[in-house]
Amino acid sequence: MPEPITRDEVAHLARLARLECTDAELDTFAGQLEVILGSVARVAEVVADDIPPTSHSVPLTNVFREDVVRPSLDRDEVLAAAPAAEDGRFEVPRMLDEAP
Amino acid sequence: MTAELVDYAEAVTAWEPVIGLETHVELGTRTKMFCGCPTAFGAEPNTQTCPVCLGLPGALPVLNGQAVRSTVLIGLALHCDIAAWCRFARKNYFYPDMPKNFQISQYDEPICTDGYLDVDVEGEIVRVEIERVHMEEDTGKSLHVGGATGRIHGATHSLVDYNRAGIPLVEIVTRPVEAGPNAPAVAKAYVEQLAELLRTLDVSDVRLEQGSLRCDVNTSLRRPGDAYGTRTETKNVNSYRSVERAVRFEVSRQAGLLEQGTRIRQETRHFHEDTGTTSPGRSKEEATDYRYFPEPDLVPIAFPVDVVEELRASLPETPAVRRARLRDAYGWSDLELEEMTNAGVLDLVVSTVELGAAAPAARALWQNEVAKAANEQGVEASSLPVSPTDVARLLALVADGTLTAALSRQALAGVLAGEGDVDAVVAARGLAVVSDDGALRTAVYDVIAAQPDTAAKVRGGNMGAVGPLIGAVMKATGGKADAAKVRSLLVEVLT
Repeated sequence: MPEPITRDEVAHLARLARLECTDAELDTFAGQLEVILGSVARVAEVVADDIPPTSHSVPLTNVFREDVVRPSLDRDEVLAAAPAAEDGRFEVPRMLDEAP
Repeated sequence: MTAELVDYAEAVTAWEPVIGLETHVELGTRTKMFCGCPTAFGAEPNTQTCPVCLGLPGALPVLNGQAVRSTVLIGLALHCDIAAWCRFARKNYFYPDMPKNFQISQYDEPICTDGYLDVDVEGEIVRVEIERVHMEEDTGKSLHVGGATGRIHGATHSLVDYNRAGIPLVEIVTRPVEAGPNAPAVAKAYVEQLAELLRTLDVSDVRLEQGSLRCDVNTSLRRPGDAYGTRTETKNVNSYRSVERAVRFEVSRQAGLLEQGTRIRQETRHFHEDTGTTSPGRSKEEATDYRYFPEPDLVPIAFPVDVVEELRASLPETPAVRRARLRDAYGWSDLELEEMTNAGVLDLVVSTVELGAAAPAARALWQNEVAKAANEQGVEASSLPVSPTDVARLLALVADGTLTAALSRQALAGVLAGEGDVDAVVAARGLAVVSDDGALRTAVYDVIAAQPDTAAKVRGGNMGAVGPLIGAVMKATGGKADAAKVRSLLVEVLT
């Protein structure tokens, strides 16, 4: 069995996902995630080395598109769906940090 | 933590720099990586977007086949192995430059691995090993409002343009290069020669100033024989010269810290073009924080082996091989070849020579006259209205004595001004050398009559006095006489 998931790890994941959790919620989620990870670990037990992990359920490769331009959306229509816009651009709250 | 900078030359006597380069290249495809939006540079903000590159719910990406071919071509030119099978991955993070809240990239399965680029550093070949070449999508462009000069600090809000989001991007990552004291020059030469290679492959327009080639420079120091030290990653390095300066500065800065016993923080740093210094960005996030997982909306790539071989066979002559061939064939030096390359006239000069012009003259005319004119106008030499055919004709007219060097410059100016081809300009401007002996003799006699004192000096054996007379004859003929012929006529008449 893998290491049990800790409350700190849940808090870290919540921060990465920009979710605000109360202390009580962190405890609840730690317990629930533990159950989920435990179930996945049981699947891992029966997987032999010759079975590769599945990332796609359809056995397809090389789906390519021709490099041909298709019309873009109308900008006014696009920006109308944004909470705020200025100078033809999406307006977003102050960024707190440099880009990743 | 700050410390005194250590002089570069002194720093490298005690410390060995190790560098690594991560270069991002925007591919020159017509459309984005995962949708059919155009990729033209300089369009009005947010006019090249669609549900896919805006990350609207339910939109599904479809991979641009040409982008994959271009990436494989880059990998092959860098002597990489091409993966038999690979996938895209999602890099998850929250930042407004990607509207999806993730970037589609490649993580543990890059399409090209284990290659190298042999870099010519001042005549010495340094092999830079390539760890990987992978595909990803570019991010949007942010404009920070309310702070000083567009800086993120102090901004009240930001404005985002998603035209660039989704443009195919290839990241080329080197292994650590133990470049020694020459590290700054190696870094610069690598990026320059990589850019030249990419241009030869015709996969990108490779314009640093437009951001289609961007470079992150990793630098660390170690005592000789020790394991690699902690590295910093310098971003915002936007010119070849900056690559060199960024490495140089980081070596001086890190040596200062290490010598006072301070450990180097692994962090992202920003290069400042104006001061040549770097300043800290934020501490690097752990890779696990990006929660990479295989991209479920794109099927794996098993790039066909026959197409790989077809691409391999189509690889053009590499810039290094071409340089060697031209050096041997036309006698240009490495420096001359480099100057022609930098001036963007090498192909034009070669075409001119192939049309029959002498190699040294063709080089000189393109380099000294046309490239200079292009530079003054702030455009590429190739976009000026002068062709190799024009230059070859011009040089032929000089060679057969129809034009003097001075007249040929006037003819070139006419061609550059759009007055027509060389023969048309020569005819329209009446530029041909006065070869009519009678007309020239008349001009000579006129000048002697007008300047009897000077003429007397020449008669008295003062040959230095012949110069002003030649000048006067040239003036009288509108610069269309051959100066050597004028001199011999004057000497003949006066002595």
